[in-house]
Amino acid sequence: MSRDTSSPSPDRRVVALAGNPNCGKTTIFNALTGLRQKVGNYPGVTVERKEGIAIGQHGEEIRLLDLPGAYSLNAKSPDEEILRDVLLGRRDDTPKPDVVICVVDASNPERHLYLATQILDLGMPAILVLNMIDVAEERGVRIDPDALARRLNVPVIPMRASRRQGLPELRIAMSLADPPPSTHRVPLPEEIDRLLEEVSETGSGVGHTGPPHAALYVPGRARERLDENQEWQSHLIAARYGAIRELCGDSFVATGAERQTLTDRLDRVFLHRVGGWLSLFAVLGLLFFLIFSVAGYPMDWIDSAFGALAGWVENAMPPGDLRDLITRGAIPGVGGVVIFLPQILILFFFIGLMEDTGYLSRVAFIMDRLMSRVGLHGRSFVPLLSSYACAVPGIMGTRTIDNPKDRLVTILVAPFASCSARMPVYLIMIATLVPDERVPVLTKSLALTGLYALGTAGIFAFAWLFNRLFKRGESSIHIMELPTYKAPALRTVLTHMWERSRLFVRRAGTVILGASILIWAAENYPKSGGDDPAIQLEQSVAGRLGKAIEPAIAPLGFDWRIGIGLVASFAAREVFVSTMSITYHVAEEAESDELRDRFREATRADGGPLFSPLTCVSLMVFYVFALQCVSTLAVVRRETNSWRWPAFQFAYMTLTAYLASLIVYQGGRWLGFG
Amino acid sequence: MDSAPSLADLPPGSTGRLLGYRSTDSAYLRFRELGLLPGTAFTVVRRAPLGDPIEISIGGALLSIRRDQAAHIAVEADSTASGTAVSR
Repeated sequence: MSRDTSSPSPDRRVVALAGNPNCGKTTIFNALTGLRQKVGNYPGVTVERKEGIAIGQHGEEIRLLDLPGAYSLNAKSPDEEILRDVLLGRRDDTPKPDVVICVVDASNPERHLYLATQILDLGMPAILVLNMIDVAEERGVRIDPDALARRLNVPVIPMRASRRQGLPELRIAMSLADPPPSTHRVPLPEEIDRLLEEVSETGSGVGHTGPPHAALYVPGRARERLDENQEWQSHLIAARYGAIRELCGDSFVATGAERQTLTDRLDRVFLHRVGGWLSLFAVLGLLFFLIFSVAGYPMDWIDSAFGALAGWVENAMPPGDLRDLITRGAIPGVGGVVIFLPQILILFFFIGLMEDTGYLSRVAFIMDRLMSRVGLHGRSFVPLLSSYACAVPGIMGTRTIDNPKDRLVTILVAPFASCSARMPVYLIMIATLVPDERVPVLTKSLALTGLYALGTAGIFAFAWLFNRLFKRGESSIHIMELPTYKAPALRTVLTHMWERSRLFVRRAGTVILGASILIWAAENYPKSGGDDPAIQLEQSVAGRLGKAIEPAIAPLGFDWRIGIGLVASFAAREVFVSTMSITYHVAEEAESDELRDRFREATRADGGPLFSPLTCVSLMVFYVFALQCVSTLAVVRRETNSWRWPAFQFAYMTLTAYLASLIVYQGGRWLGFG
Repeated sequence: MDSAPSLADLPPGSTGRLLGYRSTDSAYLRFRELGLLPGTAFTVVRRAPLGDPIEISIGGALLSIRRDQAAHIAVEADSTASGTAVSR
């Protein structure tokens, strides 16, 4: 049989890698493509699309797709739907593969062969890779690839992808002129078999010209008829496992009792009642130390580089609006986001490392109990924790959560984590609130801790609420594999870090650049005609907006000047401080003490202090809950593929912030404070 | 099967075989697809530090299952506490 004629016939062969999560697919993909790869998204869903160019045996170029990891063609997640649809040629954006490489973990053959035999049943040209053959031997499983190849009628290649063993053989198989489709079919229960035959005769069961087995996995007449018998799937699963046992019986020989593996020994420590917590705190402590202290150095360099760039433009261009737009809008706007790049690189390097070694699943295992209290999964823990550095990488990190509902809820609550951009606002408000140098540092630390605790309470409360609200459809499956530990492939980790960071920088270059310019314009137009920047700001669109919202924010204890700060904060929260500096005529280079003193001198129309203790607290509470961050909105838009969720998130978080501040301010007044 | 213990009842270290599911929820189809079929030998490896979920080993793979879902899986425990499971 030759290649499927229904697939587009490009000059390059299209080969796809398919397999369970943790089968080593990505290591093989990286080994075959090197840096000739491109990572994007499948249109319409947030499933990562990885494609690269591999060089075949004869030096020809091969398009290699790294399909998302899946356990079954009976799709239960967006990742699995993509795998199914690409293999069945149901996606317009991706060609139907000419050859599929089924990667199985040889140390755990039965479960991995479940998906592999489903794919072989589709009748496509295929190659079977038995990866981690070394681990299999360590476990006492000996495999006869030739026997398996005879049974399946496809090339079977033992591999150790982490050491590049078996790669040349795989290249040869990929370059075969006429790759054979598997002739092996799992014997189906009789009634299912009969139904599939009927469907394939009429050709109307699947809605496309596909192999008969495809009707098992996609909606259509065959599925409707099968679903009349509730038990058909259970029967089919049992039949497939029966066939796999028979296959394995010939080819896999258990040579002895299972020995204690490295994974057993490591888990004794990492999942120990006490040792588990200690190692978890040690790992997370190191992560936060790197993010908050080591990252400070490159962040300072980036800050000075953008400052120098603005200074250079300032000297090189004639004065005017265009120059101001560049030096005061675009450069600081983008710089204010790019400055987080070191933190993001460290975070993704760490997450990549934890994922690649297998430790991330252990973190999920330990934290699952706590997270399940509010309806989340243990997998939500690391993305949420990352959000305390910055919600953007935290939200990008939710891709490790398989369950779409858990992922959405995690995304929706992640920005409640007090990110590092809130820190400047907290610090200046705490300084205003407790200005005296003699006040022990402890008081300030306690205030800060309280703010973090408040944000954390927000995460849990809303996660619980959303979990209640979104409870619909089929119950979620909370079964998780704990993969065997392995030494991290540095290349995989670095590629992961590089791809995520590149996405982040591209965001900064587009959405955030645009938003920065808009906000700069709102602060500078219409022109006041005078030279006083404070008056200019007051008369600008932003200033007018600040005044316009004053009636709404007055019950929170804010006036229009704080209103301007709130409006400007939508570029990024820390902009509050610089905007307030303009409003209060504080030179940009001045110490923050000076701004603090100006805050304390500021008065209301009635002569009372503007920044009364109650207003300070109310403002901090507002910053804890409000979603004032264009970057977060942009990344949520990207991860959820619609404006609906970022709009909803913005609305509910702003409302929460408003109500919380209202309660603080009005409740405080009622109790007689301020 | 109704009187049989559930997977959630077994202490760490116990071994046994799966009997079946006490729920018809389609979520358990995925358990089956992952190899948790009636007749499969398993070992309860440990509980998480907070007591939930539990970790079981089947055919060389380690799986984490929440106890409330494990409670729907009927099992037959081996009477001899042999310690390690015989994988296949």
